Amino acid sequence: MNFVYERLLGGKKGMLGLIILAVLIFIILPLTLDMFRLSMVGKYLTYAFAAVSLVLLWGYGGILSLGQGIFFGIGGYCMAMFLKLEASDPESTKIQSTPGIPDFMDWNQITELPWFWIPFESFGFTVLAVITIPAIFAFIIGFSMFKRRVGGVYFAIITQVIAVILTVLIVGQQGYIGGINGITDLKTLNGWDIREDSAKYTLYFINAVLLFAVLFIGKFILTSKFGRLLLAMKDKEDRVRFSGYDVANFKIFIFCVSAVIAAIGGAMFTLQVGFMSPSFVGIVPSIEMVIFAAVGGRMSLIGVVYGTLAVNFGKTIFSETFPEIWLFLMGGLFIAVVMFFPNGIAGVWNKYGDPQLDRLLDSKLLSSLKTAISKNKTSPVEDNK
Amino acid sequence: MSKFKRRKFLGKTAALLSAMVAAGFISTSAMAMDATTTGQAVTDTTVTVGILHSLTGTMAISETGAQQAEKLAIKQINESGGILGRQIEIIQEDGASDWPTFAEKSRKLLAKDKVAAVFGCWTSASRKAALPVFEQENGLLYYPTFYEGLEQSHNVIYTGQEATQQILAGLDWVAKEKEAKTFYLIGSDYIWPRTSMKIARKHIENVLGGKVVGEDYKPLGNTQFGSTINKIRLKKPDVIYAAVVGGSNVAWFKQLKAAGITSDKQTLLTISVTEDEVLGIGGENLEGFYSIMKYFQSQNNPSNLEFVKEFKAMWGEDSVMGDVTQAAYLGPWLWKAAVERAGSFDVDKVVAESEKGDIELTAKAPEGYVKLHPNHHLWSKARVGQWNKDGQATVVFESELIEPNPFPAGYQ
Repeated sequence: MNFVYERLLGGKKGMLGLIILAVLIFIILPLTLDMFRLSMVGKYLTYAFAAVSLVLLWGYGGILSLGQGIFFGIGGYCMAMFLKLEASDPESTKIQSTPGIPDFMDWNQITELPWFWIPFESFGFTVLAVITIPAIFAFIIGFSMFKRRVGGVYFAIITQVIAVILTVLIVGQQGYIGGINGITDLKTLNGWDIREDSAKYTLYFINAVLLFAVLFIGKFILTSKFGRLLLAMKDKEDRVRFSGYDVANFKIFIFCVSAVIAAIGGAMFTLQVGFMSPSFVGIVPSIEMVIFAAVGGRMSLIGVVYGTLAVNFGKTIFSETFPEIWLFLMGGLFIAVVMFFPNGIAGVWNKYGDPQLDRLLDSKLLSSLKTAISKNKTSPVEDNK
Repeated sequence: MSKFKRRKFLGKTAALLSAMVAAGFISTSAMAMDATTTGQAVTDTTVTVGILHSLTGTMAISETGAQQAEKLAIKQINESGGILGRQIEIIQEDGASDWPTFAEKSRKLLAKDKVAAVFGCWTSASRKAALPVFEQENGLLYYPTFYEGLEQSHNVIYTGQEATQQILAGLDWVAKEKEAKTFYLIGSDYIWPRTSMKIARKHIENVLGGKVVGEDYKPLGNTQFGSTINKIRLKKPDVIYAAVVGGSNVAWFKQLKAAGITSDKQTLLTISVTEDEVLGIGGENLEGFYSIMKYFQSQNNPSNLEFVKEFKAMWGEDSVMGDVTQAAYLGPWLWKAAVERAGSFDVDKVVAESEKGDIELTAKAPEGYVKLHPNHHLWSKARVGQWNKDGQATVVFESELIEPNPFPAGYQ
């Protein structure tokens, strides 16, 4: 009980933050938004996975990855391959020269399903692939980088290069993975029509539940001994190394974890939006994910969810209202955030909201509750600090 | 945008006034009643449509002309009394050169704004991303770009030419006129150039009895054509057949010229350069080379002279009109014709009228004459234009009217 309260929920304040976010995502947004806007929020929340992965990796680990799009994309493509195979049954592709294979293969004179597509006919394998392929890929990158003590800006550049390589690969191999068009026109998941409104509703909630699961896992990691080591490594890597820890292994581990989290977001993205394309893999989306984390506050798991929502809502609203100049407004917003709120939304909250909350929590109103639940006030890692 | 808001306000005021005047005349025609009950954004005095092109990002330079032409056509329709007595209002969205954004904005236009039709998309990738949305929401898209074919959606009217309409006639012309036997194919690396080259190769080998001596694809945005140019020098093809897209063209033609490959020694035929691209490439860099299109700004017929005049009056003296710009201009007029025959804005009824295959445009077709085929594409002529220094082309060949065939047998 105490373990759950202190570590997963982050004590009183952490729990309050989670409850507010949960009420917003599970109750307020579904009740107030129409289907169109809600499915947009669903899409934004898939980006939040990538932002949360960056809190672990960059905020606490101090490892800036400019290539989270790689993992978001791998997760998304795995799911898209499964859905595309299901949508390409011989009946609905009978006008092709080779029925039963995805349409873009037919356009590129491929007459047989490539070998690496075959396992994706199984849903079980696909779910497994969404988790393991990014982890393996991240392990290979992490192992070859961190073991050689490549870090900092060099690591950021290398992840960016890998994102470019992957984009070029996908665009170049259009017969095998859809090229620049991506994998489009996805219809059903095991016979369940994911384009229906009711399905979008269900997927929104599945996505939200998964996001909270990821938030809990993130909290669990950050409040563990490993989380403290992570923070220590960020501040003084050499001291940790001289204390006898193998820094590289920790870094590889957190890099793999963040890759898997981003990949889950990618898979949920494909399910909700109905297609996947290389424009989620390259440099621009990867940097956007860093922006979400920066705007939300890179040290706050919950803050970045708000950050992702805020940036994307801004994008949508500006581009709908001022289609000709919206990019300038977004640019202005980013400059303002960096200049005035360097710690993002979470930073603003810590400065102005948190003291108010403290006062409220210390008031008589809640002191009875306080004594009832716990004696120890501070959690090992307080959120937002 | 504020222009449209104001127009909306004026429209509403006008609606109120006319409603007061018309209060006595309850006998509205059955036709107009029908038109307002389809669940679309249609009132007794207005109908709302969407325009969805990239206003920002790498495609903005190409898509600007298309959206300008669509606005011009809509303005002209409104000035001539609108459609079924209703003024057209526009909601414009920015696709931002980003395919997922096209899908999101399509959904917004259809599900939220309930527009009666959308004029938009440019690249195949953006159309492929938006297509499932149009099919699911049963929307109607007028798509203006020449493209690879292999598609025929209930919810799309393709006002540009599909691959066979552009390619076959041009190849026939160059084989006959230049006695070409050997061809070098070069294109950007994505679906449209690849499909076009596939069709071209089959035609060259099976019909013309010629030979393809080289085939090269470069990534989108590529600016290094040195290796291709070396191979061309080595193989000495009779014709370079090019489908290089967008900004790459600037590097491609400049490097050709720098390598001494100019039109006095080499025939080059491209299927991807219109007046818009020439603006960036510079007329002097491709003087004497050929493009196959269905429209050139220099065409001398009354509808085109009128179109060029009106376009320049609305968007400035310096603007140029390329093939896609012209095809985009056809969209609102084709829609108007189909809606008026159907007496309704209902998508299924409009599509049913369009599929009858007898909607024609002459006065409002700058390219001369177009007819809508039951397969949702347009009958059109292929034209070969030779580029001049000033960025305009002289039409040197005009084909017969070609039937659209998005699924060409024997070319798959």
